[in-house]
Amino acid sequence: MSEQAAEAEQPDIKSARLSAEQYARNFSDMHPPLGATAALVEADRCYFCYDAPCTEACPTGIDVAGFINMIKSGNNFGAARLILQENIVGGSCARVCPTETLCEQACVRNDQDHRPVSIGLLQRHAVDAAMAAGQQFFSRAPDSGKTVAIVGAGPAGLSCAHGLARRGHQVTIFEAREKSGGLNEYGLATYKMLDNFAVREIDYIVAIGGIEIRHGQRLGEDFDLADLQRQFDAVFLGIGLDAVNRLGLAGEDADGVISAVDYISEIRQCLDLAELPVGRRALVIGGGMTAIDIATQVKLLGAEEVTLVYRRGPEAMPASMEEQEFCQIKGVKIRYNAIPVRIHTTGGHVSSVEFARSQSAADGSLNNTGEGFSLPADMLFTAIGQKFNAGIDPPLAFENGRIQVDAERKASVSGVWAGGDCIGNGADLTVAAAQDGKLAAKSINAFLQSSGNEE
Amino acid sequence: MADLSSTFIGIQSPNPFWLASAPPTDKAYNVIRAFEAGWGGVVWKTLGEDGPPLVNVNGPRYGAWHSGDRRLMGFNNIELITDRPLATNLQEITQVKKDWPERAMIVSLMVPCEEKAWLDILLRVEDTGADGIELNFGCPHGMSERGMGSAVGQVPEYVEMVTRWCKEYSSMPVIVKLTPNITDIRHAARAAQAGGADAVSMINTINSIISVDHDNFTINPSTGGKGTHGGYCGPAVKPIALNMVAEVARDEVTRELPISGIGGITDWRDAVDFIALGAGNVQVCTAAMTYGFKIVEDLNTGLADFMDSKGFGSIDEIVGKAVDRLTDWQYLDLNYVVKAEIDQARCIQCGRCHVVCEDTSHQAISSLKDGLRHFDVIEEECVGCNLCVSVCPVEDCISLRELAAGEVDKRTGEVVSGQYANWTTHANNPMREGRS
Repeated sequence: MSEQAAEAEQPDIKSARLSAEQYARNFSDMHPPLGATAALVEADRCYFCYDAPCTEACPTGIDVAGFINMIKSGNNFGAARLILQENIVGGSCARVCPTETLCEQACVRNDQDHRPVSIGLLQRHAVDAAMAAGQQFFSRAPDSGKTVAIVGAGPAGLSCAHGLARRGHQVTIFEAREKSGGLNEYGLATYKMLDNFAVREIDYIVAIGGIEIRHGQRLGEDFDLADLQRQFDAVFLGIGLDAVNRLGLAGEDADGVISAVDYISEIRQCLDLAELPVGRRALVIGGGMTAIDIATQVKLLGAEEVTLVYRRGPEAMPASMEEQEFCQIKGVKIRYNAIPVRIHTTGGHVSSVEFARSQSAADGSLNNTGEGFSLPADMLFTAIGQKFNAGIDPPLAFENGRIQVDAERKASVSGVWAGGDCIGNGADLTVAAAQDGKLAAKSINAFLQSSGNEE
Repeated sequence: MADLSSTFIGIQSPNPFWLASAPPTDKAYNVIRAFEAGWGGVVWKTLGEDGPPLVNVNGPRYGAWHSGDRRLMGFNNIELITDRPLATNLQEITQVKKDWPERAMIVSLMVPCEEKAWLDILLRVEDTGADGIELNFGCPHGMSERGMGSAVGQVPEYVEMVTRWCKEYSSMPVIVKLTPNITDIRHAARAAQAGGADAVSMINTINSIISVDHDNFTINPSTGGKGTHGGYCGPAVKPIALNMVAEVARDEVTRELPISGIGGITDWRDAVDFIALGAGNVQVCTAAMTYGFKIVEDLNTGLADFMDSKGFGSIDEIVGKAVDRLTDWQYLDLNYVVKAEIDQARCIQCGRCHVVCEDTSHQAISSLKDGLRHFDVIEEECVGCNLCVSVCPVEDCISLRELAAGEVDKRTGEVVSGQYANWTTHANNPMREGRS
């Protein structure tokens, strides 16, 4: 083997591929906030529809037309109150919601001029104004004497905690990681939520009082559900998903094969992006928002070629068309209808991946066409979904591999509720988690009140 | 292309668009820029009597009412007539008219209600070579406190008297500018005609307060903590101005009196409205003060294209074309029946028609069909009021369909007769004609 060839087979992975200015530009706000005048102009585009379809499309039922109408008159606090009373993490949702498949998809403006009202940006405008002014809209009811344990300080847990604190209950949140926020803190592409927003939002939420957060407390390791049942009047589980799916291929544990969820967290927590190593050629396998987020970010960190490979066609992709377009605009190449079949390694490090071309059958199943291709890779990111792994004692009934809950988010064991990504019929969205927490708080409150009467 | 040239009371201009007497026509510099931009004429900002020039406030002179997207919808001002020496204005008027002979040059005047004061200024203006004069009987602020402007315009006898002096001491055509701050504009117009006016121009600005400052409860705009009412103009006043123009145009006494239309004219469509309701030409101010003089290009080309598309060869062919379509309520045909109709292909499902009809009108638009969101007219309830058409954000989505003779009005159950019949003969009218 010539020296050149040997060198070519060395993985090309390094940090500091870009200048400080390039990092700053690449990781600036994905959707910059509206200025004061732009917000008025955009709000003026809203028709204030009767029984507005956008509200119907919002999982938390925010009165969208109502709050936009308030922005029109400069009543930003009134708008923020309307948003936050339905969704206390409305500031996060304004940034991370796939609005193009929710409220903005329902906007009647789509039918008129193919451009919906920018509801997400308007929501951000109002909530940011209230948060910047430290304007609180809710206060704690007198102490009920009841205590609730919440496991997980993500959107579901925080939403539930706020709903309970408003009603006078004392809440203790057990969070496994060092920081609160869940996926808002660890699981988002950095450009979706800047300026330490996740932390600021939590500070704003817990300012209501009656909420204590204990970090470094992992369910199943530091305590069990049974402990909480003994010590508290009710328990809410908002524990998310703690494991990732595997490709099931040999070589999956080779160097350079990385879980996208882990690397996204690393990027998000990194103080200096120049310290993060990225491959010259990166492959991403998956089709959800995690796949889009990792592919885009690796590209923006300076990777030369980033290819996202998805097993089905663009319409079947869980990530919306807008997200697919976004990552393509940033320079990611998407290959559809290809399934990874073999990971090649050199010296214990991934060097390339072999794919089989697939074809979707009428019944939705995938067929291998027998053709294939191979792509070189210095890094391979897997983003094929997360799963529930936590052992819960006492055991709860499951559904679709996750915790089974009813319409009020009650689990199968009395006194236990659950919400967010860990439940079986969840939508894997921040906004859905917020709704779960809100509904659970209402149900827990009713439970606590009735149990109080019995005493 | 259509011929836009205008002859108004004998005064020629290359197009019917004059700049109204106001800040844009205060001095030669502005007027020359206007002529360079293509304006057909100007009415020079109002001159007062000779002597020490009057003074303006040194605080804000203007206030504005904006739409949500900061478009200027209404505008008011507390500026007085010119604050420059009379001699300077007269010298500039002379020079500009000499340099731009084919553009109309009208001089606006306002002096005390004394014969001598008018005689003096008329003689001096005549020497400038100007094409005509406009008597400012409209300014509602400041000058009216001194017995001029709208203080004159509100008293028909004064209007007639001063107009007569002007006709007597001057050979120039006289346009009398009317104030809208009056209950019935026709009285002032008739007085101007009786005094011998060649034309009236209307409307001047309307008494107004723009807004209150919510932090310190002063008036906007504030002059050191106090405010005063100013003259209101801009797009918001156009419908008021149109009505006043039309009232004078269809008045039995003044129907032949030429009118120079003023009031919120911003684009060529506004101009067509005024001309069709009887204006021989139009004057513009606020739109120029909002966007600059270049807007005259749209006024000119828009009007010309309109005339071409409708087959009009000259402005005069449009003047007054809609006047005989105006009548009193009592003569409206009560047998004319319409029903709203929603074009489902255009409907974007906003539901505004439904909620306003449900909340504030006749409960004549349904919101569901087979359990799904769908808006349709309930003809049994529809009175054809046009509210749904007015609030619909989609042009031509909702329209009013006239019921043909012989059709049944589902609301009343009666067959549409097709015969004209109005309130004056209606059975429910206790004062109806022919009733003993």
